[in-house]
Amino acid sequence: MSPSYLASLRLAGRAATRVWLFVVLFALWWFWSSGSKSLYFPPLSQILKALWTQWVTGPARAELAASLEHLIVGYVIAAAVGIGIGALLWSARYVRVATSPYLYFLYVLPAPVLVPAAMTLFGIGFTMKVVLIAFAAVWPTLLNTLDGMHSVDQVKLDTARVLGVSPAGRVFRVVLPAAAPQIVAGLRNSLQVAIILMVVSEWEASTDGIGYYIVNAQQSFDYVGMWSGIIVLAIIGTVANLLFVGAENRVLHWHYGARAVEGTR
Amino acid sequence: MSNEARPEVTTAAAEQDSTPVVSLRNVRKVYAGAAGPKTALQDITFDVGRGEFACVVGPSGAGKTTLLRTLAGLAQPTSGQALFEGTPLRSVPPGIGVVFQDYGRSLYPWLTVARNVDLPLRVRGVPRAERADRVAEVLGSVGLADAGRSYPWQLSGGMQQRVAIARSLAYRPDLLLMDEPFASVDAQTRFELEDLILRVRQEFGVTVVFVTHDIDEAVYLADRVIAVSKSPGVVTEIADITLPRPRDQITTKADPAFARYREHLLSLVMNR
Repeated sequence: MSPSYLASLRLAGRAATRVWLFVVLFALWWFWSSGSKSLYFPPLSQILKALWTQWVTGPARAELAASLEHLIVGYVIAAAVGIGIGALLWSARYVRVATSPYLYFLYVLPAPVLVPAAMTLFGIGFTMKVVLIAFAAVWPTLLNTLDGMHSVDQVKLDTARVLGVSPAGRVFRVVLPAAAPQIVAGLRNSLQVAIILMVVSEWEASTDGIGYYIVNAQQSFDYVGMWSGIIVLAIIGTVANLLFVGAENRVLHWHYGARAVEGTR
Repeated sequence: MSNEARPEVTTAAAEQDSTPVVSLRNVRKVYAGAAGPKTALQDITFDVGRGEFACVVGPSGAGKTTLLRTLAGLAQPTSGQALFEGTPLRSVPPGIGVVFQDYGRSLYPWLTVARNVDLPLRVRGVPRAERADRVAEVLGSVGLADAGRSYPWQLSGGMQQRVAIARSLAYRPDLLLMDEPFASVDAQTRFELEDLILRVRQEFGVTVVFVTHDIDEAVYLADRVIAVSKSPGVVTEIADITLPRPRDQITTKADPAFARYREHLLSLVMNR
């Protein structure tokens, strides 16, 4: 056997280790549901067909686009505001000390209960959804930014002063990168919250979005459509997470490298 | 950098040089602690002349780090005066380099070695081409010519401290302050780094104030040893070290004069 043949065999083995469970579960679901007469648990083959005819080629594409728009706009606002306000609060000690109890108060408030209030204030359109997503998702990023910047090592700051780095330069060249691991952890939490709020904000009195589609399908006994919407949400969550991890590994490669070295010393 | 900077100047010659690089006048530093005010420095007065290598020795708790932070302009004295080249230190002046004890905390892990060394040049607005040359020059001087693309955490402890030394020399400071810089490396590396700092000090003609708790290290390196007593910090002795240069780890330390300095300072620090 040639070495390249062995190598490709090993590669296939590694791939198999990763996907075998998916294959098994998929097969179980497929065959277990194939003869299903239940209205509530339709055969997987039908769900996948609906996934194609509704979400890839059909009318539900508009719902997908609407939801992604809410998610992206809301999340970007949450991230920018979270990092920005977090940094401002970090630099203004008195404001920070005074506001900190209220920040945690708002942080622990379950954001879905704000849906009625948001509807009253902003109606049921685009603005309400984006505001709700941004409001709910801002806290993990904001608090992590504040905490991460607050715990930057004094020696790193002293070093920057000695090296002649200006106060503004210290924020961008030292404090932000040093706090980056924690800020990224906050951004990751915010992303999860944003996805949840994306769906929740579309449940009530909405006219578009995946959440609207799922509720609508359920209420009109279209359980195939309902399940297909749930699968679409799972795919969105997975893809968003993959994109996030990819970006994270690029931005924080130094952090994981240093941590790996620490572990071996 | 002024031309009269000569690494080999004797203490006497350095004192004739118009203004001392460092001048502390009755410096006192009191911290507000939880259990009442704590005096870190009681009354510190000494000068360090241009080109001189001064070592500050004292036991832990003698306020050595406070003293160094005051010399760097990072902390202000409660009373008394700290002068750098004749001017009172109100903030960190551009002509001072500092090497902290813990390289793991002072190097920036998100920057490569070359970019760490480049940072002080970049913020000073040095043109790009000159920056590259200077980074290569100082990294070469500390024996890390090939390490520029690595990250600090990929290097050994001794090499990381070399990076910190290179970074503090890159912008050619008049004064280099070192806070127990070799306390976290093994003995072998420590000897190498001691010789390295003697060599680069000569090469760059920089004045050095070196804080340590190790009397052997102080005597080996210094033109002058300033002994500080345990809290509250006061100067108990300023000893000129006239051991010949260049110094050598084996022959200098075997010199009977080395043993006499060591004995004298040790009995002072140990209070006997």
